[in-house]
Amino acid sequence: MDYHWNWMFFFQETDDGLKYYDWMLSGLGWTTAVSLASLVVALLLGSVLGVMRTTPNRWLVGIGDTYVDVFRNVPLIVQLFMWFFVVPELVPETIGNWMKQDLPYIVTAVVGLGLYTAARIAEQVKAGINSLSRGQRFAGLALGFTEWQTYRYVRLPMAYRIVLPALTSEAMNIFKNSAVTYAVGILELYFQYKQIIEKTSQVLEITIVVTSLYFLLAFVMNRILAIVESRTRVPGLIVGSKGGK
Amino acid sequence: MSDFDFSVITANWAFLAQGLRYTLQVTITAMIGGILIGTVLALMRLSSITPLQWFAAGYVNIFRSVPLVQVILAFYLILPLVLQMVTGKQMPIGAANSAYFTFTIFEAAYYSEIMRSGIQSVPRGQVAAGYAMGFTYGQTMRFVVLPQAFRNMLPVLLTQTIILFQDVSLVYAIGATDFFGAADKITQRDLRPVEMYTTVAVVYFIICFTLSRLVKWLQSHIAIIR
Repeated sequence: MDYHWNWMFFFQETDDGLKYYDWMLSGLGWTTAVSLASLVVALLLGSVLGVMRTTPNRWLVGIGDTYVDVFRNVPLIVQLFMWFFVVPELVPETIGNWMKQDLPYIVTAVVGLGLYTAARIAEQVKAGINSLSRGQRFAGLALGFTEWQTYRYVRLPMAYRIVLPALTSEAMNIFKNSAVTYAVGILELYFQYKQIIEKTSQVLEITIVVTSLYFLLAFVMNRILAIVESRTRVPGLIVGSKGGK
Repeated sequence: MSDFDFSVITANWAFLAQGLRYTLQVTITAMIGGILIGTVLALMRLSSITPLQWFAAGYVNIFRSVPLVQVILAFYLILPLVLQMVTGKQMPIGAANSAYFTFTIFEAAYYSEIMRSGIQSVPRGQVAAGYAMGFTYGQTMRFVVLPQAFRNMLPVLLTQTIILFQDVSLVYAIGATDFFGAADKITQRDLRPVEMYTTVAVVYFIICFTLSRLVKWLQSHIAIIR
């Protein structure tokens, strides 16, 4: 095979005066930023939707179910393109122009990835709440809690602990899914990967490095949440197993 | 919204349908290939031979921690290099063909995890019964364990296939013309993003929603009664 291994190219200078490893680090930074920001959006919205789907109110359940069906059945890249190229045309013109001109790409990308992941989180949160015995809610109500208070003080604290392993794997997925945002112009790790291949053709070296970086990100996320899991464990209660799958 | 032009869709329907056909072809190839390789990987992972366990665990963990878009691009670029090394001549295989290979290899990692939990869901007594009947390892797996594992996991395997069907849209990264790629190419030419992307989203939604409801129905009808 006439492939020329050259590990030193990472230290070569690029057109813009930076070195190739600078590009990688900047990509790594953007990947982390997009992923964590999307995770926050997804956790907040996913929790709200998950709770809505377990309430006795039929309308709230309907909205939550519809949301999950819609966002789970359309590919992520199509959703991102909808947010970038379709939604600005459908909203009133002034808002549309603002979205196209002034709204930073990153915000739209984070919202897109966040809303996509929220559907998956909602599914987990709902499963967590439903796995609790009905008696937990009744006990809360019997103590004079309102419906909301039974969620806040009784059901959610348990539900989150139960679904933490599943949330861990969603948190790891979001780092992988963030790679798709390259298609809408985010200069994250995969974008840099593609760009460096175009510039240097050192496919194998860069593939090994980028693969390891994604591996590392997933691993770090897994460890952090494993710590959260062991810190929040209720003594005497067996929930879940190790973090991740 | 008022100027949503349906004629853009009808005029390009043939091209879109062609893209959708490619998406389905990749999905079905990768599903069949992925389940076969995945089952072998699952058996390796559960075998008592340590190097096989390591190989299967490494395979699954690597592919499950890397973004699919990266694998699609990497295989597209590396596959010709490998083929050249093996055959000694230049072999450009093209984006459309490399995707079949990539998806089969990639999805095998996911299917293997599903098959593994399927195999583990079969009670140990079944394996013991197989051996007691004088079956070899291969026969026990082939006639006793795998049919039950497969049946138990059928809904999950199909759900994974729906995800795979959606993920084929990521061949955008190498410019292959799948369903989404077709719509994107028409958009580049006609500058009608609203019509094109909306069509893709709606068609994807209808197909995946119907399939996932089907899986739900299946789930309640094929459970083995014990």
